[in-house]
Parts: sequence; C-alpha cells; structure tokens
Amino acid sequence: MPANHEQRPGGADDPSVPAGAEEAGPLVRPYVIAQGRDHADSVKLDMISVVIAAKRAEIDEMALEPEQLRILELCRRPQSVAEVSAHLDIPVAVVKVLLSDLLNRGLALARAPYTAKSPVSRDVLQAVLDGIQRL
Amino acid sequence: MASSDSDDTQAPVPSALKILVAGGFGAGKTTMVGSVSEIAPLSTEEVMTEASYGVDDLSGVEAKTTTTVALDFGRITINEHLVLYLFGTPGQERFWFMWDELSEGALGAIVLADTRRLETCFAAVDFFERRGVPFVVAVNCFEGAHSYEPSEVRDALSLDPGIPVVLCDARERQSSKEVLLTLVNLVAERMAA
Repeated sequence: MPANHEQRPGGADDPSVPAGAEEAGPLVRPYVIAQGRDHADSVKLDMISVVIAAKRAEIDEMALEPEQLRILELCRRPQSVAEVSAHLDIPVAVVKVLLSDLLNRGLALARAPYTAKSPVSRDVLQAVLDGIQRL
Repeated sequence: MASSDSDDTQAPVPSALKILVAGGFGAGKTTMVGSVSEIAPLSTEEVMTEASYGVDDLSGVEAKTTTTVALDFGRITINEHLVLYLFGTPGQERFWFMWDELSEGALGAIVLADTRRLETCFAAVDFFERRGVPFVVAVNCFEGAHSYEPSEVRDALSLDPGIPVVLCDARERQSSKEVLLTLVNLVAERMAA
C-alpha cells in the first residue's frame, strides 16, 4: 500500500471506502473502522490523555487501519485524545479504541492527565499562572 | 499509563490539565475559549450513553439511549511538560449527566453569567458547589446588556463569600486571561489553606 498519510480519507482514491460510504454519514463509518469494539479494553484513555507517536517505532502499514496511520501522522506533535478526534473527525470513543491498539503495539505513548487522585503540585500551579500571564 | 521514557530521543509526553467553562446557552463559552486559545476552538463529538430519566425504568438496560454531545475546546501550551485545555460545557439541561465525566479531575471551572438570563447559570453554580470543584463566576458584559455590580450578581446567585465574582468581556483575551488567573489563584489559595 502506498503511503497513506497523504490520502484524503473517504475520498474517491481511498480504496478502504466503498462507493457510497460517504453518504452513510460520519456516525456509521467509525464503528466499522474500530471493528465493532466499542471500548478500549486494555488502556484507560481520558479525553485529555496526551498522545505522541513513538519516534523509533517501525510501522507495518499493512497491519494498521488507515485512520491509525493518520493518528500517528498527527501525533508527531503531542495531541490530546480530544484533539485527535476533532482534527480527524472521528468520535472520541472510536479514537480511544484505535489509540489503545497503537499503544499496545508500542507505536504511540500516552500520558494520563492530572486527576483528583494525582493532584497538581504548587510548582505546576505556578507554571500554569506563568503560562497564562504570557498569553 | 503506558508511557516510556527509556528512549532518549523520544520527546517528552506532556501532562494535561483542564479548566471548564460553563454557563447557559449563548453565554459566550466558546467565545471565551477562543479568546485565549492558541488554536481556533475545536469541536469534538462524544457518543454518550444516556439513561432515560423521567421514565419508569422497568426494562433495565434497554431504557438507555445514546446521545451525541458536542464539546468545544481550546488549548494553551504552558511548557513542554504541560498543556492546559479549556472545555466549554454543553449548555443544554439534558446534557448535565455527562458533566460528571467532564468535571472529573478538572483544575477548576469558570461559570459565565449572562445578566440578561442570570437563571441560566444556576445549575452550573449548584453543580460545581456540590462537586467541590473550585470555580469563579465571570459576568460577561454584553454590549447593551444592563450592567450589574458583582455584588448584585453574588446576591442573586446566593454565592458563598469565598467565590470570586468578576466582570469580563469574553471576546477580549486580556479580560479572559484575568478570569483564568483569578481561578488559578483561587485553586492555589485553597491548596495552601
């Protein structure tokens, strides 16, 4: 398969999309991509878990969905699950499934956000204040 | 969480924080997010399972329906280790069920008050009070809207004296910045207390 990164997904030149699939609307197709799985079973991803593509990973493009290749392309810079969803127009729940698979394959890294169980430190708060001041 | 820093050449994976921007429909949530975000506000859709409230639940799981909820958000990169996301919460009442998930782990919240329809932010105030999420009330001063003093808004919303009320113009970055700083300072004060 040629480099999928440049292709316009869903376009006429995308062999993974049968003719007429576009008319089916965006809410149908993502679940086909995720092969019927509706939740990420091994990795707990939050909407603001930040993901980055693993730098030295060898990618077997044939083993991945075209959308996963697009995710890896997008995640050369750190992106949250919500950003991946928005940029690629794939629902958050489906992004989580696709990402979970990439994490399990070692092709991407993720970091959980701060939560009530891992509260921020004073240093982090100060960094946030400084960052907002610089806006 | 699956993260590995064993590879020296791998860029660090930043941690994320989130602040919620709540308020009634049309209160200016997305405007405020956009005024401070480094990217044009993005929109994502989350498919949520919604229990059918108000209906006798005789059948159990069959009573659930799925709802697609749109969320607008923006991003502020603090440094290479830290990213702050601002999420506009859905204003419609029927989406409150998902605020639990949204508010989980939030650093704090901004409740945008629209003085033309002050009652539309009662629910958000109530929600964050009950959940113990630190929040500030920002009165968005729309052009032509009757201007109120912060104390009047405080009285109308029966706010605890410890909750800051500030006037703002959600379209202005400087003004929205001040609101954010007020909130983060509140979080810092509570941490020190």
